[in-house]
Amino acid sequence: MGQLSGPTDPAADAHWEHSHPRKGFFTDTSICIGCKACEVACKEWNHNPQDGNLELLESSYDNTGALGASTWRHVAFVEQGRERIAEARESGRALVNLGMPPIGPPSAAPAIAPDLAEVDTTPPDTADFRWLMSSDVCKHCTHAGCLDVCPTGALFRTEFGTVVVQDDVCNGCGTCVAGCPFGVIERRRDGTVAVAAEREDQHAQHPAVPNVGIAQKCTLCYDRLVADETPACAKACPTTSIKFGDHDDMVETAKERVADLHAQGLTEARLYGANELDGVGGTGSVFLLLDEPEVYGLPPDPRVPTADLPTMYRRAGVAVVGMVAAAALAFLRGRA
Amino acid sequence: MVPEPEFTSYYGRPVVKPAPWGDDVAVYLFLGGVAGGSALLGLGGQLTGRPTLRRNARLSALAAVSVGAVALVKDLGRPERFLNMLRTFKVTSPMSVGSWILSAFSTGTAVSAVAEIDRLSNDRLPLGPLRSVLRAVEGPAGFEAALFAGPLAAYTAVLLGDTATPTWNAGHEELPFVFVSSATLASAGLAMITTPVREAGPARTLGALGVVGELIAMRVMEHRMDPVAAEPLRQGKAGAMLKWSERLVAAGGAGTLLAGRSRAVAVASGLSLLAASALTRFGVFEAGLSSARDPRYTIEPQKTRLARRRAAGITDDSITTAG
Ligand code: SF4
Ligand code: SF4
Ligand code: SF4
Repeated sequence: MGQLSGPTDPAADAHWEHSHPRKGFFTDTSICIGCKACEVACKEWNHNPQDGNLELLESSYDNTGALGASTWRHVAFVEQGRERIAEARESGRALVNLGMPPIGPPSAAPAIAPDLAEVDTTPPDTADFRWLMSSDVCKHCTHAGCLDVCPTGALFRTEFGTVVVQDDVCNGCGTCVAGCPFGVIERRRDGTVAVAAEREDQHAQHPAVPNVGIAQKCTLCYDRLVADETPACAKACPTTSIKFGDHDDMVETAKERVADLHAQGLTEARLYGANELDGVGGTGSVFLLLDEPEVYGLPPDPRVPTADLPTMYRRAGVAVVGMVAAAALAFLRGRA
Repeated sequence: MVPEPEFTSYYGRPVVKPAPWGDDVAVYLFLGGVAGGSALLGLGGQLTGRPTLRRNARLSALAAVSVGAVALVKDLGRPERFLNMLRTFKVTSPMSVGSWILSAFSTGTAVSAVAEIDRLSNDRLPLGPLRSVLRAVEGPAGFEAALFAGPLAAYTAVLLGDTATPTWNAGHEELPFVFVSSATLASAGLAMITTPVREAGPARTLGALGVVGELIAMRVMEHRMDPVAAEPLRQGKAGAMLKWSERLVAAGGAGTLLAGRSRAVAVASGLSLLAASALTRFGVFEAGLSSARDPRYTIEPQKTRLARRRAAGITDDSITTAG
């Protein structure tokens, strides 16, 4: 067993002996155009079945809804007016003013000026309207709640530091679903979808849904990584909003990009998952966001539940002692 | 226009996913507790010369753990792969630890209960020379089962606590106490029903202790939890179940004090304790699932704790950073 929380190299923690660099994503939502090429590429590459009933969800251009067993990339669309944009800029500025110490080894951290007073930060005019588009994915957490709680060992840490389910081992107990602080992994249902009558014939030819009853999520294209290929979603992304590479490089690129945006006065820009001191030890998939995380459906302060497991076991131990003591007392009293 | 809610979310959609667990799992939480408590009563009966209590408690433990295990397997996405639970042992996974506890518990329970069944049937089980072996090991088997009884009753609390499900996670420190108390009073209730008052004295005492434990643990838990994360325990179906559970706990607890005089009172209060325990389990179970379905219960407590840490000067551990 490795560490339960705090900064660590997850692959080394999982006792991989050779040193592959940790792989990860940097998803720069500021240049995402919401084309959903990533969603499609992921579905195609992984043969993921249809999710849901092809309904319109009335949430801007997002009719996918959320990540799930058959949706491993999900593009969120948020429409915002002037007021909310100003708020986002303000909350970003507050974050800068917290005077966060730079993260990571000093050499890796580029010279970010945390004090924006020295730069020309005249903010650009606040737009009347904006769309936030963000391609969400499994975070491949340093401390992955899903992996920690999996009883069968179906979920494992790869040599690339990513988290993958072995379809032939998982027995669909569903513990991982509750264990993920980001609501990513899900158990696949039988996938029976109700389709409009005239499409019935087409539907009849749909291939059988694979891996029913098994937990499913992004594998960070493990099958492609072992062949030294870029994940399908990153490869399909036309704007390079999804960048793939060594985790360290991704974090560095992310820091440079957020510093650039801040220098342009776009204080709403912030990073999500780039801090190894956070509740999950940092994420393998780092994001640049333009508003608070919850706006995109991301948790504002996720914490891997297993970080508290030693406490829980201790408390449970005390409770067990209490229970046995109560039983002993009950019988001793009966004797007296 | 829709009024702006106090917190923002992505179209009101959940942030975390609820465990894909059906009522089977809540049934298991209940029966696992009954089984654990019964094994302790069985050992007590064994050690203090109460043969009827011993027999009934051992049989109850076997029945409860068998039905519970079937419910658990039935809830898997791939029931035919249930043995994969024993493919490895992982301390970080309460489900893995629990599967081993369940297996160890079931072994001792089965041996001691089969010995009882054999005796009940006037030695008619086709055991042959194994009968003497069985008689020799039933005592130690009762000990073995009792050793894993407490862990069986308590691990399910850790299983729920060790999730990102807001209400379960927020209660992780007290949930083990709620669950062992609930297990204690339920198994005591069952023994009060099955066993004549003459031998059921310890069960009555144990039931009363369980009642006190549960009433206190539940209060402390709700009090110490984040107030927002505690809301689902008081609302809707879960709230109603927990309210009834509390009433039945109190009624059953009062009953244990009078049950020494009448079997009818004993049976009534035993039933009330069993029902209370089932309601506690279903209530806590439901409250957790509904807390996962509403983004508010994930987002608000997290924002609160983040703000609290920042106010205390801890500014380096947020997942959101300026650079
Ligand atoms: S985001 Fe969830 S599913 Fe992905 S690695 Fe982290 S805990 Fe596991
Ligand atoms: S559902 Fe599968 S992957 Fe998830 S915890 Fe259970 S066995 Fe592991
Ligand atoms: S890395 Fe592969 S599996 Fe993961 S979202 Fe991208 S395409 Fe899908």
